Amino acid sequence: MSGLPARGLSRRALLGIPLLAAAAAGGGFYLLLRRMEAGRYDPHAVDNPLVGHPIPEFAALPAQAPAETGFGSADLRAAGRPVLVNFFASWCVPCRIEHPSLMALAKSGVPIWGIAYKDRSADAAKLLDEDGNPYARLARDESGRVSIDWGLYGVPETFLIDRGGIVRGHWAGPLSEDTVRDEVSPLLRKYA
Amino acid sequence: MIRVLGFLVLLALPLASAFAISDPAEMLPDPKEEARAEAIGRQLRCLVCQNESIEDSGADLARDLRQVVRQHVAAGEKDQEIITWMVSRYGDFVRLRPPFEPLTWLLWASPALALGGGVLFVAFAARQKRPAPAPLSPAEQRKLKDLLKS
Repeated sequence: MSGLPARGLSRRALLGIPLLAAAAAGGGFYLLLRRMEAGRYDPHAVDNPLVGHPIPEFAALPAQAPAETGFGSADLRAAGRPVLVNFFASWCVPCRIEHPSLMALAKSGVPIWGIAYKDRSADAAKLLDEDGNPYARLARDESGRVSIDWGLYGVPETFLIDRGGIVRGHWAGPLSEDTVRDEVSPLLRKYA
Repeated sequence: MIRVLGFLVLLALPLASAFAISDPAEMLPDPKEEARAEAIGRQLRCLVCQNESIEDSGADLARDLRQVVRQHVAAGEKDQEIITWMVSRYGDFVRLRPPFEPLTWLLWASPALALGGGVLFVAFAARQKRPAPAPLSPAEQRKLKDLLKS
């Protein structure tokens, strides 16, 4: 340390700047991890370009038991009130984590329309029979093609559709209690 | 010998991944169309793995998207139309090569900015010449002589 690059910068600054930078990075990482833990930040989340636009057109999908009729885009537009569309699958572990949130939403009177993504009909029916069925209507997308039109890249994903058939909200990954309270419920009230 | 073999296996690994998607059932019968579909697919991000193109990824969704791209190619759509179709569903993030627009100006300019910053730094450092060291004091000169003698 023969004062080589120290000219212009005091030694104190030379020591302090890296320390400050490390402390700032540590603080940033801490906040990031806290938000990830609380389910408020997902580094892999992809903004869905559908938000603010009409739902994609799709012909009625076949029914998923226990429902007897499926639904298409026309049915969603005719719902007459805001609807949550939830893509799920019996083989999807995060869907089970999300299940209590959906049950609570359904209990509070929010209509949730479910689309079973690439699932066997019997498996999905068994899951709903055992864990409870939060869905007002149920359809199945076995090939996953309609889901691609929604920009789906995993399950679960949830969309909020207003009464005009416009997508107003999108959540990828399981809906936590916090997300429902801080994001889904306010939007539902706004478009009620 | 085993080391050499291991080294050769390691060398061959990237080759294996380059041919990861070679299921003939997925390919279009026309080699020209297949080549075009692959070129398009290589520009599209697999949303599941996020750092692989849909041509390289083994994810279920990537397979579905490869199939969709091939259907569009077989239907005679232009490359740009197919990419637009994907962007309308998955957003600009699906493009491995981001478009040049206000939001990405900084991103595209970053190599030039880094180079410019480097040039400025070097120019600045070159200007600030270090003053010549002070001449040795008589005591130091004596010490130096002693050292050189021994």
